[in-house]
Amino acid sequence: MKKIALQNLPKLFSAISESKALYLPVDTESGAEFRLYREGDTLSEACNTNRSAKDFFFPQVEDMAEFKVEGKKIEVLDIRRESEEFVIFGARACDVKSFEILDSVFLADPVDTYYKNRREHVTVISLACNFPEETCFCSTFGIDAASPAGDVAAWIIDEELYMTALTEKGEAFLSAHAALLSDADESKVDKKKEEIAEICHRLPLQNLPVEHFKAEKLMEHFNDPKWAELSQSCIGCGTCTFVCPTCQCFDIRDFDTGNGIQRYRCWDSCMYSDFTQMAAAQPRLTQLERFRQRFMHKLVYHPANHEGTYGCVGCGRCLAKCPISMNIAKVIKEIGGEK
Amino acid sequence: MQQVIRDKALSLLEAGKVDRVLAWKEGEFFYDQTPHVFKTAEEINRSLVYNGFSAANLSKYLVKETLKDGMIAVFLKPCDTYSFSQLLKEHRIPREKVWAVGIPCDGKLDIDRIRKAGLRGITSIREDGDRLSVSTIYGEKTVAKSDALAERCENCKSRKHIVYDELIGSEGEALDSGRFDAVEALEKMSPEERFAFWQKELSRCIRCNACRNACPACTCEKCVFDNPASGIESKAPASSFEEQNFHIIRAFHVVGRCTDCGECSRVCPQSIPLHLINRKFIKDINEFYGTYQAGENPDERAPLTNFDKDDMEPADAFRKGE
Amino acid sequence: MQIEEKFEPTIVAFCCNWCSYAGADLSGTNRLQYPANVKIIRVPCSCRVNPMFILRAFQRGADGVILCGCHPGDCHYTTGNYYARRRMTLLFSMLDFLGIERERTRLEWVSAAEGAKFAATMNDFVETVTRLGKNRRLEDLRCNK
Repeated sequence: MKKIALQNLPKLFSAISESKALYLPVDTESGAEFRLYREGDTLSEACNTNRSAKDFFFPQVEDMAEFKVEGKKIEVLDIRRESEEFVIFGARACDVKSFEILDSVFLADPVDTYYKNRREHVTVISLACNFPEETCFCSTFGIDAASPAGDVAAWIIDEELYMTALTEKGEAFLSAHAALLSDADESKVDKKKEEIAEICHRLPLQNLPVEHFKAEKLMEHFNDPKWAELSQSCIGCGTCTFVCPTCQCFDIRDFDTGNGIQRYRCWDSCMYSDFTQMAAAQPRLTQLERFRQRFMHKLVYHPANHEGTYGCVGCGRCLAKCPISMNIAKVIKEIGGEK
Repeated sequence: MQQVIRDKALSLLEAGKVDRVLAWKEGEFFYDQTPHVFKTAEEINRSLVYNGFSAANLSKYLVKETLKDGMIAVFLKPCDTYSFSQLLKEHRIPREKVWAVGIPCDGKLDIDRIRKAGLRGITSIREDGDRLSVSTIYGEKTVAKSDALAERCENCKSRKHIVYDELIGSEGEALDSGRFDAVEALEKMSPEERFAFWQKELSRCIRCNACRNACPACTCEKCVFDNPASGIESKAPASSFEEQNFHIIRAFHVVGRCTDCGECSRVCPQSIPLHLINRKFIKDINEFYGTYQAGENPDERAPLTNFDKDDMEPADAFRKGE
Repeated sequence: MQIEEKFEPTIVAFCCNWCSYAGADLSGTNRLQYPANVKIIRVPCSCRVNPMFILRAFQRGADGVILCGCHPGDCHYTTGNYYARRRMTLLFSMLDFLGIERERTRLEWVSAAEGAKFAATMNDFVETVTRLGKNRRLEDLRCNK
């Protein structure tokens, strides 16, 4: 266990950014956002950033290849580049858990090399949540806001930041910056963990009845008449999908640049009417079907295919951002619960 | 007021005047209400709410709901009636299938503003006159209501109900609002400053389409941005051009039809002040072609489907601004 | 010594079939000169021009876009140019609001008999846009590759 005084954090940030690109959540006019560290930036105290941390590995838009067209000659240009080494400082427990979920999709065979390239070059410094929000329900999915995963876990206690390495990368990180850190004992951290656990215990959505969703009951869930009512006012935007740290659907598109093609992939949303559009139509013709797909995927299909891991980490971004406040917490209560 | 509205909904249902009631349904907390079609008295008594967070404009739902059989009752705040009236004018809603109840509104609240004031873990909010008592996981706080008002309500353009079948409360008046002040402030900047401002704002766009899908003026069956044959179909802001293009074209498509209800800015997850783009168009129309408020007068021709032989040239418009 | 290359802007001119396109033709037959930077796109009427045409011209590398139609009152379709005028007034004002240089857009009325006006307008517009330099604020970087 190491520690550093909060007032010395700028020194640590400068030291990190000397050798690696450092990203951290900073407060902006429109809320907290992950940003490349610039001299003078301070770590945001917000529980969640507006956009999740998935952007680091799975950005909204990513160029995949280019095609140069001259007459009848087409040349394929490989534009992949080795990712730079970078550090994410201050990711919350939910976001860190989302990396694991994304890994199980993108790193499963066949491996997504674009994703892997970024994933291999990161060091994640996670940060425990001192002030969970009412929209937080990570404990529903067995995530401990007080003990985040990552390469290094960190806690802010009084005027100090405590850090402990969880992986070899984390050890390397701490020893690289050992000059700025001093040794610490764990008693204060243990006390903080208890404090956070006590707060989490008071959160209104901390234990949603998610255990009611079972793969054996797939058809029962699928045919539940409540979907119609839940989805009736969904406006079919992609807000929930795009702020979600675990949503991983994308589309691959070609942009005609006038002298060639730029092939890129971009986030797609199962809430959209043109999601997985084929020659005739997309397979889910109504908003009810699209809405149901999103939640069935997170709560039934994903755990069925990934040893019981749900496709949701309870970060609460969709609760805060949905234009009509219809969200996964309400769905779990209605479909899974006995309400 | 909530009880009055519940009673009204119940009596309309019981009398058989309507088959369904479109209103706001309570959520997990005080602020997260969902537009909902109520079908039974039990449902209404259990979960129909109306308070400072009943912000969603319900009029657009009528396009879809009136395709179904039977009558539907809807509760409309003053600004929602402008959208409703505009949709009627565009023949998107059959008037005879809707029972519109005008309800009073003294401004809606913006939960993000309350959060910005530093309040975390908000579990409930009580309205006490002009104060809000906010309960949070970390203790009780109070906030002045005026500090929590949504931007569109701070600059409320009208408390008048344009169209309704019956009215709860008394009729209000169109107001003299300062809603164009922010547009004017931008106009006074240099082009470089304006460009920097909009780059900063629009670069946050994640193209979730919430602004479009919530907009009561955007009721196309198939949007040009979703149409592969349009040549500009796009699912992401893949370049800064596309960020600008989407918002310019979307705003242009609703010129003269946008009632300035402010839903676009309310729903934006990235807090982009989209209403400023629409208000710029409204302000220009007012200055160039005479005051026009979409939704106000069903018989008036819209500015872009109308002309005057002596209309100004684009160059004159610039000169006027100098 | 390095010789600075003169910036040659790309100008897109939407010309209505009945007046302005004929005006451009006339300026040609009269041997009046206007710069080769101007790429004319013929449209049935100035009213045919969708705001998206203007934006896409900028996206695809135009540094200035000009729309030419019949004089007000002379529209082949009676009223098309009146509608076009309102649309363009609002669109150009919006582009200006977003910080895009207002000199990059223009609306001019050129009749079939005004070959001289067409050439003069184009000369002036090209000169203005050349002074402004390359369009940076409404370009799509992907198209520059």
